[in-house]
Amino acid sequence: MRSFYKHKLFPFLRRVAIFLLVVWTVVSLVTLLIELVPGDPAVSVLGEQATPEQFEQFREKHGLDRPPFFFSIPRDAAGERHFQWHGAKNRYTEYWIALVHGDMGKSFRTDRPVIDLIRERYLATIELALAALLIAVLIAIPLGVVAGKNKGTWIDNLASFVALIGISLPGFVIGPLLVYVFAVKLDWLPPSGRFDWSYLVLPAVTLGAALSAILTRMVRSSVIEELGEDYVRTARAKGLSETKVVYKHVLKNGLIPVVTILGLQLGVLLAGAIITEKIFGWPGLGLLLVEDGIGKRDYRVVQGCVLVISITYIVANMLTDMVYRWLDPRIRVS
Amino acid sequence: MNRLTIVGLVIVVILVLVAIFAPWIATHDVGATNLSLRYLPPSAQHFFGTDSTGRDIFSRVVFGARISLKVGIVVVAVSAVTGTILGALAGYYSGWVDRIISGYVFNVFLAFPGLLLAIAMVAFLGAGLNKLILALCIIGWVGYARLIRGQVLKVREYDFVQAARALGASDARILLIHILPNAIQPLIVQASLGMAGAVLSEAALSFLGLGVPPPAPSWGVMIEEARDLSTLQAAPHALIFPGLAIALTVLAFNFIGDGLREYLDPRQRSR
Repeated sequence: MRSFYKHKLFPFLRRVAIFLLVVWTVVSLVTLLIELVPGDPAVSVLGEQATPEQFEQFREKHGLDRPPFFFSIPRDAAGERHFQWHGAKNRYTEYWIALVHGDMGKSFRTDRPVIDLIRERYLATIELALAALLIAVLIAIPLGVVAGKNKGTWIDNLASFVALIGISLPGFVIGPLLVYVFAVKLDWLPPSGRFDWSYLVLPAVTLGAALSAILTRMVRSSVIEELGEDYVRTARAKGLSETKVVYKHVLKNGLIPVVTILGLQLGVLLAGAIITEKIFGWPGLGLLLVEDGIGKRDYRVVQGCVLVISITYIVANMLTDMVYRWLDPRIRVS
Repeated sequence: MNRLTIVGLVIVVILVLVAIFAPWIATHDVGATNLSLRYLPPSAQHFFGTDSTGRDIFSRVVFGARISLKVGIVVVAVSAVTGTILGALAGYYSGWVDRIISGYVFNVFLAFPGLLLAIAMVAFLGAGLNKLILALCIIGWVGYARLIRGQVLKVREYDFVQAARALGASDARILLIHILPNAIQPLIVQASLGMAGAVLSEAALSFLGLGVPPPAPSWGVMIEEARDLSTLQAAPHALIFPGLAIALTVLAFNFIGDGLREYLDPRQRSR
């Protein structure tokens, strides 16, 4: 057993195992969440006025007439609970089987396959998240480097203060403020929708603001730490210009922890995108989740969106981990 | 203590006082609508102006502090206590309890965007203050558990703990009297940052329509109501004041958290 733990493939297998475990948990959570709906989902979707036949038809079409899980412990007429085994014909296994076949069920409202709805929206969310990431990096690296190089001066204090404000101002405050300034007052940029690149600017800045603030702090402390290293003294002694020292040597090493933060923050971006998309009417997964899913009580759509956002997040984290290991060979060894 | 920490403490004290004495501070009824008074700019009558239905924004911001603080305090208290108990047990006993909690629960919960889980839960449970608090507690305790577990793993190897064990102290005594008091410091930092997080999450969920239902003066609800284009055009102050309230609150708890971290970890002070 011990030799197994020491095998070089062990860390890889361990990560795959955790990945599968997380996916299993997420799918289970998503399928069982519908049990939380107070009352009957059919009633909450169709309304009280629907006929019993309509309810029956709805439940049958969406598999809600089957038991939710392998077993249940229902109350009998006398109020006693009894264990009841339902076998494999339950909603949990059915959702899994369908999922493996690339089917996430049909929308409760429009009868369209959920996977199609998600496919239409997925790219928009990824586009928004990547644009936000780009903006965050473009702001954070120069700001963080300048702050770190001038540690303790007013420049540093100003940069750190701006970063702190960025962290404390949530997207749902920044977003509408940007709309007010750039769409209502100046009329430079459109307030909502997704057509040409100009529609991307405000949402991307809104989503990227908090991230750029966090990154600025990371870059700053990273730069300060690296500037104290021996190789910096060597580089300076060689007569390299300060710009070269900072941008070629310090930044290269200092960016390693930043990459981790970037990857971990991608998940925050995906969650933040839900809010940003709502502010700007950006037709991505978040808007699908909030407006079509939660707003219209279309629980199948909610399940699908939560599942896809989570899996994207998990995969992004795994990729980050791999990039991090590749960048810093010391971690590979330990 | 650094200056920003003091600024943070002052803001928090003011906030708490505002929340406690809200009925005396508020100048108007928070629910009273009056369409003839809509979109009024800030004035001596209405310090922060009025919103799209003529409600007094100052009074609503004042009462909003109650909702924010209530959510923050309950969520942080429940998550911290649950997290501490489970984290301490996992760290102290190791074995299969630890393997389940740290091997499975930590990995799964941290591999999942917390806000998304909260959104999903509230989406199925239905909106409401208590459900929102429940959802935030369910995602919140993991961070504390992981922190305390790490601390306990470290502290339980110290000599004084070994000495207590040699003297025949019971597990409960060792854990409660010897280990926890020495493991709990970073928890204070985490709790302070957790307050900021909870206040933000409450506002975010309320903004999405998943938190406190609309007539209530939650800051998130106020922002949601102020952000349509006609209201933005006529009354930007309806957005700015609740936005400022959120920003100041979050900023204050972040200041305190950062200050405490530096105070408790002198190695960081030089940076």
